Amino acid sequence: MEHLTKEEVQHVAHLARLAMTEEETEKYQKELNELIDLAKKLNEVDTEGVKPTSHVLHVQNVLREDKRRPSPDLDKALKNAPEHQDGQFKVPSVLE
Amino acid sequence: MKFDTVIGLEVHVELKTDTKLFCQCSTEFGAPPNTNTCPSCLAYPGRLPILNKEAIDYAMKACLALNCEIAEEMTFDRKNYFYPDNPKAYQITQLDKPIGQNGWIEIEVEGKKKKIGITRIHMEEDAGKLIHDEYGEYSLVDFNRAGTPLIEIVSEPDIESPAEAYAYLEKLKAILQYTEVSDCKMEQGSLRCDANLSLKPAGQKEFGTKTELKNLNSFANVQKGLEYEEKRQEKELLAGREILQETRRWDDAKKETILMRVKEGEEDYRYFPDPDLGTVVIDEAWIEQVKSEIPELPDERKRRYIEEYDLPAYDAGVITQSKDMSDFFQAAVDEGADPKQTSNWLMGEVNAYLNAHLLEMKDIALTPTALRKLIQLIEKGTISSKIAKKVFAELIEKGGDPEQIVKEKGLVQISDEGELKKIVDNVLENNTQSIEDYKNGKDKALGFLVGQVMKETKGKANPQLVNKLIKEGIETR
Repeated sequence: MEHLTKEEVQHVAHLARLAMTEEETEKYQKELNELIDLAKKLNEVDTEGVKPTSHVLHVQNVLREDKRRPSPDLDKALKNAPEHQDGQFKVPSVLE
Repeated sequence: MKFDTVIGLEVHVELKTDTKLFCQCSTEFGAPPNTNTCPSCLAYPGRLPILNKEAIDYAMKACLALNCEIAEEMTFDRKNYFYPDNPKAYQITQLDKPIGQNGWIEIEVEGKKKKIGITRIHMEEDAGKLIHDEYGEYSLVDFNRAGTPLIEIVSEPDIESPAEAYAYLEKLKAILQYTEVSDCKMEQGSLRCDANLSLKPAGQKEFGTKTELKNLNSFANVQKGLEYEEKRQEKELLAGREILQETRRWDDAKKETILMRVKEGEEDYRYFPDPDLGTVVIDEAWIEQVKSEIPELPDERKRRYIEEYDLPAYDAGVITQSKDMSDFFQAAVDEGADPKQTSNWLMGEVNAYLNAHLLEMKDIALTPTALRKLIQLIEKGTISSKIAKKVFAELIEKGGDPEQIVKEKGLVQISDEGELKKIVDNVLENNTQSIEDYKNGKDKALGFLVGQVMKETKGKANPQLVNKLIKEGIETR
């Protein structure tokens, strides 16, 4: 079934800042539609009266104290940055 | 055609925790760039967020002080967006189950009281800070602020004028400062405000299209920005033009709002529950614990000051607007200072000094004890109120003990009748013309003579006594 149009695939790609060729768009449209078909199977289950699940595990109130721990050295923080300047990460200008 | 104004405010407040919301980095303001970061807040692979309990306590405290219902169960969600201020490409926030909902605060504008609803308060993490280079080629990113706990307080569209918006913000700030969940410093970004405004034909139920205002860096600018926007929209509507849903920036130099961008539909943030964070269940005991830590809030204090100290409502309102000033007042009065006199000094001289020097209460050297002593020196007649102002100027600049200053500088008021009479006689002797003038009905001449005596005594003469002695002196001449 066709759930996603080509435009929607391109929109999602744009949101993830991915550039896609026409071919790729078609490929992903097909694959994503198959994935949605698969996920749709869940609709067959009767969920009447079941609370929406936000987590698979039943974890609750995992909290910590408000205690400081020294941060790693600055050079460690910047180590993997392609570019940095004055202790700051240097990134291409992005206009909001 | 008349319009009704509808204003909604979104206020972001940084919580005063020592560490970030999901990692143990310091939240201290002003550290060198990126020195308060770690693999977690820099979004390295494999990190896991662990919730700061204190941040929840603070957020809950704010919610309770703002009359919100607390969620029995709350969750965190991811808001996805790409922008370099956020290394994870999503912000952890709360969408469906925020910590607080359905609150309100009471404001007062021109003597009219009004409740403003608070739709919701949710917890989220702050983003990093970007500095753009002037040619628009690159940006520098500092992630020290990334992950600092915030609450976002969303008002109901109950605010009907820019003046009400101002009053709402003042009240909100006062409550948050009293509860000590945030220092609410706009200049350091620990309190930030976005405002939206729309107009609708008077009486109409349906809302008009709203515009959103950004870059409002003071409460005064929120009011000014909204006033400008109110007029601009009215003009547009009267000219038969449509209001577009757009984001506008307040330009403080030009005193106008400038179009930033037109919004097309809802932004696509693709929210989903954060799988790294479990549910937080809040039980009665936790709520009661936090509730017990909420101190007396501004409105309660104001009422108490009116009832207990007989302060005029106006005074009580001004004094309780800031926690620091109110605490100062309380300390001085607890030591035995006259409440009305204390309030007069705080609202008058102290406020004038703070405004003139752009300072806050805690920046000044004056202590509650010093002010209490100063007031008592006047009451006892040791110094005149004129001299007191001189002593005050020193106290607020350099601090110290008023009794000592008065003694050291020889400022004690001359209330000795014999001593004063000699000076008065001398002045009268030398100003016979003024005596004539006074006798001929020129009341001003009396003021001149008093002034001369004050000059002779360097302002130390007891004014009531001088008045009396001069009048007596004139009569015998």
